[in-house]
Amino acid sequence: MSALPAARSAAARICFHTARPSTLQTLQRPLYRCLAAQVIPQSLQACRNYVSPSKKYNAAQVNLDTEIRLEKEHFVSETGSQPGDVHVPGIDADAMMSPTAGLLKHATVMDQGTRPIYLDMQATTPTDPRVVDAMLPFLTGLYGNPHSRTHAYGWETEKATDAARGHIAKLVGADPKEIIFTSGATESNNMSIKGVARFYKNTKKHIITTQTEHKCVLDSCRHLQDEGFDVTYLPVGSNGLISLEELEKAIRPDTSIVSIMTVNNEIGVIQPMEDIGRICRKNKVFFHTDAAQAVGKIPVDVQKWNIDLMSISGHKIYGPKGIGACYVRRRPRVRLEPLISGGGQERGLRSGTLAPHLVVGFGEACRIALDELLYDHARITQLSNRLRNGLLAMEHTSLNGDPDRHYPGCVNISFAYVEGESLLMALKDIALSSGSACTSASLEPSYVLRALGSSDESAHSSIRFGIGRFTTEAEVDYVLKAVRDRVQHLRDLSPLWELVQEGVDLSTIQWSQH
Amino acid sequence: MALPTAPQVLSLYRQLLRYSNRFANYNFREYGKRRARDAFRENRNVQDKEKITELIQKGLHELRMLKRQTVISQFYQMDRLVVEGQASGKETGVHGGIVRQKDTGWD
Repeated sequence: MSALPAARSAAARICFHTARPSTLQTLQRPLYRCLAAQVIPQSLQACRNYVSPSKKYNAAQVNLDTEIRLEKEHFVSETGSQPGDVHVPGIDADAMMSPTAGLLKHATVMDQGTRPIYLDMQATTPTDPRVVDAMLPFLTGLYGNPHSRTHAYGWETEKATDAARGHIAKLVGADPKEIIFTSGATESNNMSIKGVARFYKNTKKHIITTQTEHKCVLDSCRHLQDEGFDVTYLPVGSNGLISLEELEKAIRPDTSIVSIMTVNNEIGVIQPMEDIGRICRKNKVFFHTDAAQAVGKIPVDVQKWNIDLMSISGHKIYGPKGIGACYVRRRPRVRLEPLISGGGQERGLRSGTLAPHLVVGFGEACRIALDELLYDHARITQLSNRLRNGLLAMEHTSLNGDPDRHYPGCVNISFAYVEGESLLMALKDIALSSGSACTSASLEPSYVLRALGSSDESAHSSIRFGIGRFTTEAEVDYVLKAVRDRVQHLRDLSPLWELVQEGVDLSTIQWSQH
Repeated sequence: MALPTAPQVLSLYRQLLRYSNRFANYNFREYGKRRARDAFRENRNVQDKEKITELIQKGLHELRMLKRQTVISQFYQMDRLVVEGQASGKETGVHGGIVRQKDTGWD
């Protein structure tokens, strides 16, 4: 029995040799042929199996290198070509690009894609390719723990995180040692407010903030109220700015911290940071600011503004999500109780292993932001003016927030006699939001706009347009046209709009109760 | 280091434009082209030799980044944006001869 496999393997060997005749001498060939003729039929008859020895013509010879190169060339040559230019046999390329066109049995050519334009830069920004490029080595080869001191893996990542810390510090005018990495601006806000308030809780029990702060600041303050702290929520004017006199009046001897955001995330107004900082320093109160929407977009200087604590977010400046930083001043020293205890990383204020890829991406984003600050700002201002003027040229529209002390990348407009939510539904081809992303799930009117004194109707009919580094003129023009058409359409459906057109003042109408 | 000649600088500019055009993402593609154009226009009158060397090095660095990132962007392609292609907001029929006004947002 053992002779059978031996015979088969001999046959296979012979086939292998016959498949490469060039290596054999011509004289030996007849001998091999005759052997093969004798052995193969015998072995095949002896066992009918389903595996036949492969021959030259059906052997799948794949050269991986050539395949990869060909595929890459194919990929690269296809980019940038318009859907109409691409030739694909069978189905046309436009239909392949868009499922909608496929459903239409490509009766029509889709000149356009279906993905909405992104105009929600206050919620988050696209990750810059330069940032991704800086991050990739730390997601592949450089995986060391930056806190490892005993080997080169740790040293190389530590060096990179220190460089990133330097970039962030340079952007805000701080010392690298004053930057604490956190998971994002929400954590930084929590850490600053709760940390300072709890550290000084025996002597100081008062916190000041504003009504238009981000939800995470307001919620931290409410949490502290439950712990027995006293919180003052400063009102804002109809332009969204706080009054400095009211701030000064609100400061008490037992005030520990003032928290006021630099750029508002919904209406984009810039608070007078320098004056607030001066007042806080004069009264020896710690000054915290949520600068997630400001850093990298307007010039920020913690020394000039006398800021003691500042929250920064990575994904608002074209960096990765899941990373942020907290600036904590060293001189005069700000002391706070850490939220997270552990191995004592980050000066003991935020224990836990750093994520080197996120830190490096964040650092690179800050470096680019510093380089491009003026260029981006000029560009965003130009696009913003185009959008703002176009939208305000429509009747019964108004800009929310102060028109002058305003970050141009955030344009919040009220369209009277139109429901914001229905307009958002009508503008499915544009990614927009009526307010903060955290609260956009609810149908409540924005509390920020309510704080400005807007009516419920006006707050309901507001939409925020966010312009960023990668927004183009074509997109702005598309948005202008789309908004004009859809607002007109929705108003045509509205009975209120009909009354307004007839000259009826809506506030004089007595609505009957049913 | 010897200063690069004008054709060399122009070649770098052209390569930056060419590689920017290879991004799968519309916004990155447009930004890359615009950024390269604006940077070269802004610095066209620079005379300082050190500054020129520094700018060229920066350009080469960006070009290397573009070569890597454009290939990566090819692997993760999304659908096209509504503004890409024609800006008219219309679909024009060629095959079936049907012209349909595109009405997004109402379905």
